[in-house]
Amino acid sequence: MGKVVVVTSGKGGVGKTTSSAALGAALAQNGDKVVVVDFDVGLRNLDLVMGAERRVVYDLVNVIQGEAKLSQALIRDKRVETLYLLPASQTRDKDNLTPEGVEKVIAALQNAFDWVICDSPAGIERGATLAMRHADIAIVVTNPEVSSVRDSDRIIGLLDSKTLKAENGERMEKHLLLTRYDPLRAERGDMLKVDDVLEILSIPLMGIIPESADVLRASNVGSPVTLADNRSAPALAYFDAARRLKGETLPITIPGEKRSFLGKIFGRKAA
Amino acid sequence: MNLFGFFSRSQSAPAARERLQVLLAHERASAGDSDLVTKLRDEILKAISKHMQIDDEKVKVTMERGAQVSTLAVDIEIPFDAKKAA
Repeated sequence: MGKVVVVTSGKGGVGKTTSSAALGAALAQNGDKVVVVDFDVGLRNLDLVMGAERRVVYDLVNVIQGEAKLSQALIRDKRVETLYLLPASQTRDKDNLTPEGVEKVIAALQNAFDWVICDSPAGIERGATLAMRHADIAIVVTNPEVSSVRDSDRIIGLLDSKTLKAENGERMEKHLLLTRYDPLRAERGDMLKVDDVLEILSIPLMGIIPESADVLRASNVGSPVTLADNRSAPALAYFDAARRLKGETLPITIPGEKRSFLGKIFGRKAA
Repeated sequence: MNLFGFFSRSQSAPAARERLQVLLAHERASAGDSDLVTKLRDEILKAISKHMQIDDEKVKVTMERGAQVSTLAVDIEIPFDAKKAA
């Protein structure tokens, strides 16, 4: 039985889709069989970030409504053969997601894959609660910024009350993924530090993704950042996060940007 | 601004941290178990309304969350001429 992971945040634009794609690809690059499921019905984007937007024929809603088989809707990645995508519908709305339908699809995916990664929509409504409903593990994506931290706190509350695990009296495993982190600004006291966010949210840290131009560059070309440039700082951070997701204990580092010798000197001075 | 002023420019992150801590302490207390409180309130009201007519305004339900236990306080004003509901 595969593990079901929800990537969630409450707030939009913090990096859920980027992180779903990057972590999914990182796990698959390691040989695990992975499917990334887009739950953002009506505003799908995972297909675009993963470079499969022109290959979408059927989607999650088609499968739930019995208009297509699961195998018809799954898109296999062209670069990593154990990586699959289940796209969301672009034309229908989230009311087409039924709890029973989602349950069936998740169960079928769990039988066929090692990892089922559910990319949650922003917000706390139906799409978001259904994306987290069947999760074994939750990844809470947070930016070091007040509104994102507040929304993450709210989502943690929902993870502890509205999921199947919570309803069965079990503990939901939750991990914090801090994205768009800028160590220099944090050091200057103009950005919440890792420890600040950890103290406020009090869930274990699974990785720090540095603010980096590589993330935008990867999405521009439709590639998970771990595939676009597997030596870039964010890619290394996602690879480490994926290993922690698999249960490894690694020291947390804040990967810096690669800089030339001169860049290092002047970069420091400028800071 | 003198040189010292430049170096001691006030940092904004501590303010963010403090504001969040205050806000979340409040939100966790009020929103955390709001579903449960609402449910309890509704059922308590239903139970009471079997025996007397009550005014929604005259019923206060508050909940305080502690580390180990939470307390639920129900404060109901019962008028002397409380009549049995039909």
